Amino acid sequence: MKKLLLAATAAALLAGTWLAPAQAEYLKEHRGGTIRLLARSAAGTLDPHINYTDQGWQMYQPIYDGLVAFRKAEGMDGFTIVPDLAEALPQVSNDGKTFTFKVRKGIKFSSGQDLGVKDVVASFQRIFKVSGPTSGTFYAGIVGADKCLADTKGCTLEGGVVGDEAAGTITINITKPDAELLYKLALPHAVVLPADTPAEDMGSKPIPSTGAYMISAFDPNKGMTVSRNPNFKQWSEEAQPDGYPDVVQYDFGLSEEAAVTAIQNGEADWMFDALPSDRLGELGSKSMDQLHISPLSAWWYAPLNNRLAPFDNEKARQAVAYAIDRNTLVKLFGGKVLASPVCQVLPPDFPGHEDYCPFTKNPGAKWSAPDLDKAKQLVEDSGTKGQKVTIIVEDTAISRSIGVYLQSVLTSIGYVADVKPISSNIQFTYIQNTNNKVQMSVTQWYKDYPAASDFLNILFSCASFREGSDASINIAGFCDKEIDAKMQKALDLGVTDQKAADKMWAEIDRQVTDKAPAVGLFTPKRLDFVSKRLGNFKFNRQFNWMITQSWVQ
Amino acid sequence: MSNVAVAAPRKTRGPWAVAFAKLARDRAAMASLAVFLLIVLACLSAPLYAKWAGVDPFASTLDAVIQIDGVDVPVMEQSTEGLGLGYTPLGPTWRLGNYFLGADSQGRDVMARMLYGGLSSLLISGAATIFTLILGTAAGLIAGYFGGVTDTVLSRFLDILWAFPIYLLAISLSIVTIAHGITIGPIQIESGSLWLPVIIIGIVYVPYVARPIRGQVLALRKSEFVLAAINLGVPGWRILWRDILPNVTTTLIVFVPLMMALNMLTESALSFLSIGVQPPAASWGTIIQDGQALLYTRPLVALVPGLAIAVSVMALNVFGDGLRDALDPRSKVRLGRD
Repeated sequence: MKKLLLAATAAALLAGTWLAPAQAEYLKEHRGGTIRLLARSAAGTLDPHINYTDQGWQMYQPIYDGLVAFRKAEGMDGFTIVPDLAEALPQVSNDGKTFTFKVRKGIKFSSGQDLGVKDVVASFQRIFKVSGPTSGTFYAGIVGADKCLADTKGCTLEGGVVGDEAAGTITINITKPDAELLYKLALPHAVVLPADTPAEDMGSKPIPSTGAYMISAFDPNKGMTVSRNPNFKQWSEEAQPDGYPDVVQYDFGLSEEAAVTAIQNGEADWMFDALPSDRLGELGSKSMDQLHISPLSAWWYAPLNNRLAPFDNEKARQAVAYAIDRNTLVKLFGGKVLASPVCQVLPPDFPGHEDYCPFTKNPGAKWSAPDLDKAKQLVEDSGTKGQKVTIIVEDTAISRSIGVYLQSVLTSIGYVADVKPISSNIQFTYIQNTNNKVQMSVTQWYKDYPAASDFLNILFSCASFREGSDASINIAGFCDKEIDAKMQKALDLGVTDQKAADKMWAEIDRQVTDKAPAVGLFTPKRLDFVSKRLGNFKFNRQFNWMITQSWVQ
Repeated sequence: MSNVAVAAPRKTRGPWAVAFAKLARDRAAMASLAVFLLIVLACLSAPLYAKWAGVDPFASTLDAVIQIDGVDVPVMEQSTEGLGLGYTPLGPTWRLGNYFLGADSQGRDVMARMLYGGLSSLLISGAATIFTLILGTAAGLIAGYFGGVTDTVLSRFLDILWAFPIYLLAISLSIVTIAHGITIGPIQIESGSLWLPVIIIGIVYVPYVARPIRGQVLALRKSEFVLAAINLGVPGWRILWRDILPNVTTTLIVFVPLMMALNMLTESALSFLSIGVQPPAASWGTIIQDGQALLYTRPLVALVPGLAIAVSVMALNVFGDGLRDALDPRSKVRLGRD
């Protein structure tokens, strides 16, 4: 792990040196103006310790900072961890269980308060005090986290997060080595907020920030104004670079159709929501220069309930995997430019990914065509022919059309299938709860951070399955003790040898895929439509488009 | 010698014959009836049309290719310009039996789905109307005739039902029942069944029928023939069945087209919101929903079912007005809350 960290630091320094002059020149030339962003609705609470949405996380990047950060760089470089509020990457000791950070001096919050060690300690406690959505998973390995989870209000993380005011250091002790700890510390759920921030969901009240920008106004029904933090002085270009626009105006409430028109007319610069499918052809031909297609580490998949008939039968699950025509699904999503067929769990270009597809006409590395004969045979062999299957999908145009297509497929291989679209607001929790007896559903998973475990361990480990809970992310209810043990081994191996661990994850990916607890449908791509005036579009693989690294003048 | 001729006794027509004659003279009402019957006939022919056209209106056919003037045309056409983003469904061919109204985003024949959708919409609105009339009439008769506590309890229950905004109540009921259906004792209605929207729509409109019927029964309860029957010891259920019900029949008949129009609108709204008819089955509401995502490239997919709903509802309303004028010249029945 130490080797890995040293290499990352060296690479970060090199990249930082190389980028610096270019940014300084551009800043002089393009600094200023207002970027106007559009979204159908706000991303929920403003509280970065609670908000768990793509939309929120993307917006927090120029606003908040943690001890470490994902590098604000284009493409895969965005997966690299760099020091942020810490002067350097941590000193790792105690067999990988103690991480010591030195907190930078001279940084101020937008409110004018100085950043200090006490703010860092209080922020870690606050993750538990506000019952942050990942407090029981990402941060449960910190010493004292178990007590904090049991008594959130009285959380002290004693012995877990220790601050030394005099030395200006923070020491984080964890119960067992964790190769992914730095990734977890770089997420918005671990950003540093002023120590006096109330230990409750701040909802619509902006919290002072250390980043280049701050939230100066917010109305969940109208919009959000993000302006420059008057107390910001750039300390690390790769962790928290200064931005180009003076103001980011994020307006809510316009439909996707109206948003496209606004961007075409130059009244807005970007929209968060997916482009309406009936505008793709027109935009793809007339506004090519304003479109940016970027790969995503994401997975559209159909979880099959491994604990309920007919999919408690492995052959029945494999039959569905053989029968689905991924090309058709890609078509429904907008075509090959916007999605790629997939069979396995780990997305392309992701740690541990090795091309693998057993459920296709010619099994091998890639999906080629559905094998309906094989699927029908497997349904016969499984003895599940004629059983009723209900597919639960989100009530959005794409999910509904995928559901209708899957219903056709299941009918063609011998099931009596129907499809139920339910509100997007509840579908994701509904399909997780075993009380709802969902047999099959359609959903998506977007990475939290670039590690194979973020897909395989989270979606298919026995621990991720919770009977009767709305938060049972192992939707398929898959639990294989052997695979579970292997995942644990891969996690442990990652502490000392990430490359070997990734090899192991590739093997686990194949094993999980073979058992077909869920059917991979396709890997989506992100399509960003921007105004003509917007320049310097940069897409970061971790948090998508870097908003304030683009200019509008 | 008397020159006065004795006039032959004139055959008087019954009230039903008078009403029908009056209705037959109402050109607007008869034209509306003809339009509505034409729509019903067209929708009834849905299975025949699908068979003749050789299409399955419920299965995704994204890779289908059809022939137009000897040329192979894909049902879903990929954009070939620029970045080649997105697929556009086939537009109207205006050839019966060959994607007359074009395809939807699943590559399905919109014309065939329109006919099947109309069948669902008509079936649901018709069945819901019968359901509403049975429940509403029973509630109105019982409340009006028995009075007292029975009337108070039933009337307050109807008031509560009436107090909810209709669509909110229908949406709430649909959401509750959509995933698991309804199970009442041995009766089980599965979640995808068309009976679900029938029951939900039927229930929410019960007060619309029950209230006017109760009012009429309250008046009839004091009429001489009812009082005489009571004094003669005729059982209550018999008085209700033989004496009172026939006297509210005209009101009920007038309700049929008007309720059906209302029910059709409600069904379409629920289906549009994905809580009525469930995919891949079609109703005019679900086709509008499908067409919403194609408004820019294939607006007809949403416009045609919208037009079908508008024409059907207008035809039913105009016919309902004519029927009311014919059967109830005093026009006692008014739908609405005022």
